[in-house]
Amino acid sequence: MEPIVRLVGITKRFPGVLANDGIDLEITPGTIHALLGENGAGKTTLMNILYGLYQPDSGEVFIRGQKVRVTDPNVAIRRGIGMVHQHFMLIPPFTVAENIVLGSEPRRGVSLDLKRAVAAVEELSARYGLKVDPLARVESISVGMQQRVEILKALYRGAEVLILDEPTAVLTPQEVRELKVILDSLAAQGKAIIFITHKLKEIMAMAQVVTVIRRGRVVKTLPTSETTPAELASLMVGREVILEVEKGPSRPGEEVLRLENVTANNNRRLPALRGVDLTVRRGEILGIAGVDGNGQSELVEVLTGLRPATGGRVFLKGKEVTRTRTRQRIRAGLGHIPEDRHKRGLILDFSVAENLILATYDRRPFASGINLNQGEVRKHAERLVREFDVRTPSTETAARSLSGGNQQKVIVAREIDRDPDVLIAAQPTRGLDVGAIEFVHERLVAERDRGKAVLLVSFELDEILSLSDRIAVMYEGRVVAVLPAGEASEDILGLLMSGAARSADEARAAVEGGNRVG
Amino acid sequence: MSDFWSSLTLLFQVGLFVSALRAATPLIFAALGGVFSERSGVVNIALDGIMLVGAFMAVMGSYFLKDPWLGLLIALVSGALFALLFGVIVIRYRADQVVTGVAFNMLALGLTGFLLRLIFHHAGQSPMVAKLPDWVIPFNRFPGLSRFPALQSFVDRWIQPVLGQHTPPVYLAIAAAFLAHYVLFRTPFGLRLRAVGEHPRAADTVGVNVYAMRYLAVGLSGALAGLGGATLSLGLLSSFIENMTSGRGFIALAAMIFGKWTPLGALGACLLFGFFDALQMLGQTLGFRVPREFFLMLPYLLTMAVLAGVIGRATPPAADGKPYDKSHA
Ligand SMILES: Nc1ncnc2c1ncn2[C@@H]1O[C@H](COP(=O)(O)OP(=O)(O)OP(=O)(O)O)[C@@H](O)[C@H]1O
Ligand SMILES: [Mg+2]
Repeated sequence: MEPIVRLVGITKRFPGVLANDGIDLEITPGTIHALLGENGAGKTTLMNILYGLYQPDSGEVFIRGQKVRVTDPNVAIRRGIGMVHQHFMLIPPFTVAENIVLGSEPRRGVSLDLKRAVAAVEELSARYGLKVDPLARVESISVGMQQRVEILKALYRGAEVLILDEPTAVLTPQEVRELKVILDSLAAQGKAIIFITHKLKEIMAMAQVVTVIRRGRVVKTLPTSETTPAELASLMVGREVILEVEKGPSRPGEEVLRLENVTANNNRRLPALRGVDLTVRRGEILGIAGVDGNGQSELVEVLTGLRPATGGRVFLKGKEVTRTRTRQRIRAGLGHIPEDRHKRGLILDFSVAENLILATYDRRPFASGINLNQGEVRKHAERLVREFDVRTPSTETAARSLSGGNQQKVIVAREIDRDPDVLIAAQPTRGLDVGAIEFVHERLVAERDRGKAVLLVSFELDEILSLSDRIAVMYEGRVVAVLPAGEASEDILGLLMSGAARSADEARAAVEGGNRVG
Repeated sequence: MSDFWSSLTLLFQVGLFVSALRAATPLIFAALGGVFSERSGVVNIALDGIMLVGAFMAVMGSYFLKDPWLGLLIALVSGALFALLFGVIVIRYRADQVVTGVAFNMLALGLTGFLLRLIFHHAGQSPMVAKLPDWVIPFNRFPGLSRFPALQSFVDRWIQPVLGQHTPPVYLAIAAAFLAHYVLFRTPFGLRLRAVGEHPRAADTVGVNVYAMRYLAVGLSGALAGLGGATLSLGLLSSFIENMTSGRGFIALAAMIFGKWTPLGALGACLLFGFFDALQMLGQTLGFRVPREFFLMLPYLLTMAVLAGVIGRATPPAADGKPYDKSHA
């Protein structure tokens, strides 16, 4: 079949980096085409060029065989190209329908024809099976629905090519399955889909073709039916990657974190934690499993002092810290990799070096008297950038211009390097490539082996199962079960996370019963 | 005797509302200007200065062209141009909006004072010029009204004396508020304008021209603030007085916040603040015990209460005050 999009020799340079280096790519209608590559390989840049957000330094874009200069998104939209960005481009106080029609609104006279807008959204959502509520405000809907709104936005503009940049990074496993159904049906109706992800399993399950990019160049394009996750991983990183975590048995020591009957409210002032009891000990990784929105975010915020507990007590290394400020908790040995890297993890307009000392700038060796010791700050940054393989032109580059995964690496580097006794890691590998994930996992296990405690919150069951020594499952603001990792399985956790089983025993019984029947 | 007293109180009350409306009108125009500007993401502290420019240019127009209506038009155009100059600096060159706004206020004050001396060889005040003639609207003669005696007497006693005769800007301002509300919330233009003030990058990625929308909004805000200034110099008075806005642009900003960045909310707030102003004036003539500064302070106190979330919650547009840089994807 004729390709609908053909990129030839696309090259794009940023200050200090060659983000795209002569990239060729062909996209065919009716196929799901995955882009795979390390953090900073240039995937987002390439897609931004196709969508007209960046201009290439050289190279050509052909759409339906015709050479096109995509000078801005309007041109791309007119040529039938739609994009769902890595960070959603939705206007929170607007309704779903308003977000979808913005920029090409149906009119009646000089007025906005809201009725027709709603009708158009309903028609599209029925045709492609994308369930949304046209009159709901975007700020009050789930992330999964926000993503469907983004897809509808593109379809409303007549997209024949749909670009999705890491669409699954923010989704729950359930939402990922729904997305697969949606993308399959779009492809079946002849749309071409380009989809960026770091998850090899997803590529194997969802895409027909995959293009691997390394350091701005195409390594290979091949059908997914003729490859394996291991091959993809080594193509992309340029070496063998161990996809399994290697770790010995844990040797738990004294208890360093303890929660007693902790309660807290969410942002809408509704109860989010309804009495959480939990302990974490030195030398262990405690994984928190659960579907997004069952209190994990609030739990992390209460632990770090970013959200007040409405009841109960929190102990850090034996001392009560329930009402202690974040700063004191950090001093007392708490580390935090936050789930929202833009809101809580980084100051985007600060340099990489400055971001790396956010928690320690006021202490030696960075502070000397009332001055910052710039030499130390730079040395520190250079070491961490090397050690954690942060791909950045320099330590003085603003965090904003790093790729998504490299921003995440900056945070992980800062928090692990501070060597906290208790490390709270919320979605620590979100948006990281497999090589970087391997590295972060190794570091978390190493921290454990050095007698530190790690509390890991993740929506990735694989990550929870492979890293944790014990697993706590959260459901509706409570810890419904805590079980040794050896006794957990995807099925058992699934039952607990969905509320189908109320205790570990119940879940085990259900799974065994199910096996006997099956 | 009691008849005399009741008619006296009545007179005062009617008079109070009339002066409240007159005091509110310049505020309404300027506050609407503020709404457009801030909804698009540009904090327009320069409103006061733009009003001053409008007031001055209105008098110039009326003086040289001998027609107050042309003066009004010139105020509108020069307000828009002055605001667009501000726009170029904060939109194109991404200067800090508050600092630039403060500079523009000082520029307006100096420039109008200087031109006043240069052109009229007068310090402090311009010569008298032709002001806008009052409009008389006979609400009490509304066809069929006389069939409802109770209503008729209400209109006779209240509506007619309060609303029946005013300088044209009073009516224009109220109409403008309703029109602005419609434009902002019911038209594609309004949707895009608000989008640009909430999340400019999102608007950009669907092909809305962020810079163009912001220039339009700032230009519109200048036109409205210019009209507000003209209301002072040609509607209520008939000459330009140095620094005659005396901070009304800031009260208008307060009204905009109090009205939660909506045109009708701002209208309500301006009427309320106009009422305080009228009370203050009445207090001076009657010798109230309450110092007039108390009434002058009320708008700000209320606005702070709103900002602090004591009376309802006021959330500004998310990108308000933030310059947009297209190249920073
Ligand atoms: N606006 C920008 N200014 C300067 N450098 C940039 C800019 N955008 C991207 N870069 C650099 O270009 C390179 C490629 O970035 P890009 O975002 O395309 O990577 P990516 O493949 O999408 O990575 P990730 O998987 O982490 O999202 C990176 O080194 C990044 O730092
Ligand atoms: Mg990316």
